[in-house]
Amino acid sequence: MKDFLRFIVRYFITRLLISLLVIFIGVSIIFLIPRLVPGANPAEMAIRRLQMSGAYLPADSIEKMKQALLKLYGLEGSLLKQYTTFWKELLKGNLGPSFASFPTPVMTLIARSLPWTVGLLALTALISWVFGTVLGGIAGYRNKGLWVRVLEIISNAVRPIPYYILALLLLILFAYVLHWFPTGGAYQIGLTPTLSWTFVKSVVKYGFLPALSLIIIGIGAWFLNMRNLVSNITSEYFVTFAHQMGLRDSIILRSYVIRLAMPAQLTGLALQLGFIFNGTIITEIVFNYPGLGTLIYTAIMQSDYNLVMGTTLFSIVAVAFATLFVDLLLPFIDPRIQYVSG
Amino acid sequence: MNSFINAFKKMFKNDMRFRFAIITLAFLLAFVVLSFFSPYDPRSSYYAPISRPPSLKHFFGTNGRGQDLFWLLTFALKNSLIFGLEVALLSRVLAIVIGVIAGYKGGGLVDNALMLFCDTFVVLPIFPILVFLRLIARSMSFSTLAIVLALFGWPWDARLIRSQVLSLREQKYTVTAVFSGRGIFGLIFSEYFPHILPIVLATTINNMLWSLGLEITLSILGLSPLDIPTMGTVTYWAIQQQAMVTGAWWWILFPIIFIVLLFTSLYLLFTSITSFINPRLRTVNAGEVSR
Repeated sequence: MKDFLRFIVRYFITRLLISLLVIFIGVSIIFLIPRLVPGANPAEMAIRRLQMSGAYLPADSIEKMKQALLKLYGLEGSLLKQYTTFWKELLKGNLGPSFASFPTPVMTLIARSLPWTVGLLALTALISWVFGTVLGGIAGYRNKGLWVRVLEIISNAVRPIPYYILALLLLILFAYVLHWFPTGGAYQIGLTPTLSWTFVKSVVKYGFLPALSLIIIGIGAWFLNMRNLVSNITSEYFVTFAHQMGLRDSIILRSYVIRLAMPAQLTGLALQLGFIFNGTIITEIVFNYPGLGTLIYTAIMQSDYNLVMGTTLFSIVAVAFATLFVDLLLPFIDPRIQYVSG
Repeated sequence: MNSFINAFKKMFKNDMRFRFAIITLAFLLAFVVLSFFSPYDPRSSYYAPISRPPSLKHFFGTNGRGQDLFWLLTFALKNSLIFGLEVALLSRVLAIVIGVIAGYKGGGLVDNALMLFCDTFVVLPIFPILVFLRLIARSMSFSTLAIVLALFGWPWDARLIRSQVLSLREQKYTVTAVFSGRGIFGLIFSEYFPHILPIVLATTINNMLWSLGLEITLSILGLSPLDIPTMGTVTYWAIQQQAMVTGAWWWILFPIIFIVLLFTSLYLLFTSITSFINPRLRTVNAGEVSR
């Protein structure tokens, strides 16, 4: 029991250290990028942009913006001092104002688009994970049947194609050629977000195509992973032994095979949820869905680089916490972790 | 060298995936070689009538910038492949150095520190960081971008190499070699390298898939040097100039066909090599779903 506790503490501390390192290295990279690239002083760039669009803004808001920028980037003093100021603002949760829609804070914009991203991704990740894992489990355990071959070929064909291209193909086929689904947006223009039936129906209709593209690629990947895991485990001696002991198939599957395959699949799922920011950025851009990805995309188009920096910092922190969460859960799911380093 | 040729022959005979991959890649390479005979300069535009469907004069049609798509794609494929190889080779150096050191020092402080570093880089959300970098440094060339990607592309593979070295270190011949006075470098280069090489080869291909995917995605967002033809920038211009809406299907179709062929063949090459090296290693990169 004492050993166990010591192990738990050591394990958690290592994991916590990794997450903190992720945040530290990520934030440092973001801090260094504008300072290492020649001719890319963040405040100068921003002020130049301000002067270019100066005609549209009243003078006092430009002055306010300048102040906010100088404070945010802390451009006075040595690099070390700038670095500490950067961290201070960040720890306060202050990511600064957006340039394009000044003076809305970046955090507000993120909070506005986050629900769409999380909703789309969490749902599709869960659906494809469940289907892919179940199908892969069956396919790996009874390695036969035509449908296994067919699914395998399809999954292998879909997997390597860059996700952008797959999404584009779906969009061309279903929206431009067949006209089954709208080409973009999250709900019909003109509707107000309420919990009415027409609004929900509209959300489902508009979300279907982006969701489908994510599910197709997701199921394929989970299917292949789970099938490989299960067929590897099935060829282990202890499974053969269990067969020779005369255990029923259902028991072997449940307490020998699935038990061992699950931790890897669950880790994958959680990592997938943590990578919201990588995966759906592209989906949202292709399907013009109003989440974080589209936010980043419009920020790129408008050179609103404070918004891009804000979302990047946000995603670093979010990914770090998501992985920490998984790592903390894992010992409860995977019995082997304790034996390995315990 | 001989064993490599033998392995190649064996895989070509037995593995359908390998055969498909090699034949497709040979076809793509032949296409790349054609770029040296192109009658047009890839950077010039408006030398041909704009947006013409495929014809005998222009096999893949022309695009909205008055460029012949067939010859443009030969350059695009060449540039993309060079980019992928640059990233792969540079990040291999990092992966091998870090993997071998960590594996050889297995379990010690150096190993733990390196692996902590490694795990950190695995988790880091590279895509938003790259977008930010590109937005700041708009004029960054493809070679510089390759160096940046290489700095991010090593951790998975360093881990793989480390675990291989760890298991090699436990072999009896390591003890024999050390007792016979073999130096560390001699041991690593002449005894361990032949065992690491197949993994390095397989991960090189996987790394190319990764970097090419990122190149295409960044280009489509308009965040790469857009005047240089790559598979990504060609697609960018097609989307940017509304090829889908104006009905210029050939403009978007041919790049997509080549992208799909390139990625499928590289992926099949990767899976067939990994299952040849070690049939149980098929779950490499488990959990790496999103690109």
